[in-house]
Amino acid sequence: MTGWLYLHLRAMAQAIRRLATHPLGTLLSAMVVGIALSLPAAGYLLLDNVASLARGVSGTPEISLFLATEAGAAEVKAIEERLGSEAQVASYRFVSREEALRQLEQSGLGDVLGGLGSNPLPDAFVVSARGDDPGVFERLQARFREWEQVEHVQLDSAWVERLHALLGLGRSAVLLLAALLGFALVIVTFNTIRLHILTQRHEIDVSRLLGATDPFIRRPFYWFGGLQGLLGGLVALATVWLTVKALAAPVESLAVSYGAVFSLSGPDLRQGASLLAFASFLGWLGAAISVRRHLAERLR
Amino acid sequence: MILFEEVVKRYPGEYVALAGVSFEIRHGEFVVLSGHSGAGKSTLLKMIPVIERPSSGTVRINGQDVSRLRAAAIPYLRRNLGLVLQESRLLFDRSVFDNVMLPLVITGHPPRDAARRVAAALERVGLKGRDREMPAGLSGGEQQRVAIARAIVNKPSILIADEPTAHLDRAYAREIAALFKSFNEAGVTVLVSTHDSELFAHHAPRRLVLGKGILIGDSE
Ligand SMILES: Nc1ncnc2c1ncn2[C@@H]1O[C@H](COP(=O)(O)OP(=O)(O)OP(=O)(O)O)[C@@H](O)[C@H]1O
Ligand SMILES: [Mg+2]
Repeated sequence: MTGWLYLHLRAMAQAIRRLATHPLGTLLSAMVVGIALSLPAAGYLLLDNVASLARGVSGTPEISLFLATEAGAAEVKAIEERLGSEAQVASYRFVSREEALRQLEQSGLGDVLGGLGSNPLPDAFVVSARGDDPGVFERLQARFREWEQVEHVQLDSAWVERLHALLGLGRSAVLLLAALLGFALVIVTFNTIRLHILTQRHEIDVSRLLGATDPFIRRPFYWFGGLQGLLGGLVALATVWLTVKALAAPVESLAVSYGAVFSLSGPDLRQGASLLAFASFLGWLGAAISVRRHLAERLR
Repeated sequence: MILFEEVVKRYPGEYVALAGVSFEIRHGEFVVLSGHSGAGKSTLLKMIPVIERPSSGTVRINGQDVSRLRAAAIPYLRRNLGLVLQESRLLFDRSVFDNVMLPLVITGHPPRDAARRVAAALERVGLKGRDREMPAGLSGGEQQRVAIARAIVNKPSILIADEPTAHLDRAYAREIAALFKSFNEAGVTVLVSTHDSELFAHHAPRRLVLGKGILIGDSE
């Protein structure tokens, strides 16, 4: 156990030494990896922010049923009964045309309507459905449209749904970008390790002659790849964090000017740790593939 | 201790470097392997640490058939052998100390004890206090001594050296020859190749002579 730990510490020290002997190369690699990773990381963060914004505004979507203006008390009663027997309907509330007019007047538009002489507004039901499955809203909406005396059905959550669809699209794009750039990162590490193996060919051969096992020879390269990935991850994290820091104030004042309360939040501890772990993993993966490929041929 | 049985080595292109070689070396022997250039000396020595495997025949070390040893076991075999190969194979970007230390690093030796062993090995080959120097600054003979120190630092029971005196002038070569004899006197089984059969003459070794891949002489 202590022998194993010693060998790992030695491999790590060796990897750090290799990173330190070429500070410029190390820095450049870290920058390349970091900038590549900061794009999907920033994209992810942006989506995360928009999603939390959407969650804040939407609440439970409601469906409004506007009845025909000629509908009387009997028709209202019939519709109320049908709503009561719908399994997917969680609750409903009747808004009479008089009440609607009163609300309108309170909002300051009374003068406009006052000129009309008669109340042009229809009776309405505001329905909330069970759960938050968008499919349920769609189905209910379609069903209500068929009902007699129902003139118009409006899904209040239409824009939220559109936003969710867009977010989904954005997530796929970010995922694709992350996969693509992650792949590029693996290739970069693969190549760096390949060059290292070439320049250390002699040392590797000599070590093998002196009884070095394959794991002994591979270990420093794994560490090297992992550490290079970690450095790149740190650069990405710093980039994203600084970007958020720079944009937070303007975004907030923009939100305020639209009468909304919204502040851009930076990567939290979990997200930061995930980014670093992901970057280290990619570096390790590139090293592992490279080592497998380039250290495969042994002495006969 | 080392047993060759009908060992044949064909290199790619069907070149026969060893054409059926058999001999046995017992514990504590001092053996000099000689022969003209291209006779197969290096090929023969490379069979022992499994740098090459025989095309047919077997090589046994302490009863173990190493010619069929699986790859993962080879490093552990090599750790019990002291190897000085034809090309000195030092790491020129590392100090003398680090070069000699390498086998101990590979076996995960505790650093403190390892440093003591390195100092002892360097003293043994007459390079006491030279541990901070770089190999490039040393003479050919001194570089060869570093390679020898590296080979004995693990206290192997078998020491194998392929033409350790190849590029050295006579005086240096004699010193190296005496060094191998002294290791042998300390109980190490020594197998050295050379094409200068005079060199070891007054150490009275057992002589094996190779000619075109065949054992043409054994002083026993
Ligand atoms: N890897 C190889 N592939 C093909 N042929 C080889 C290989 N290694 C050695 N040979 C050939 O095998 C023969 C024996 O070579 P070996 O190196 O064993 O001879 P040697 O006795 O050590 O010679 P020298 O005194 O020059 O070192 C030579 O003809 C050589 O060309
Ligand atoms: Mg040779």
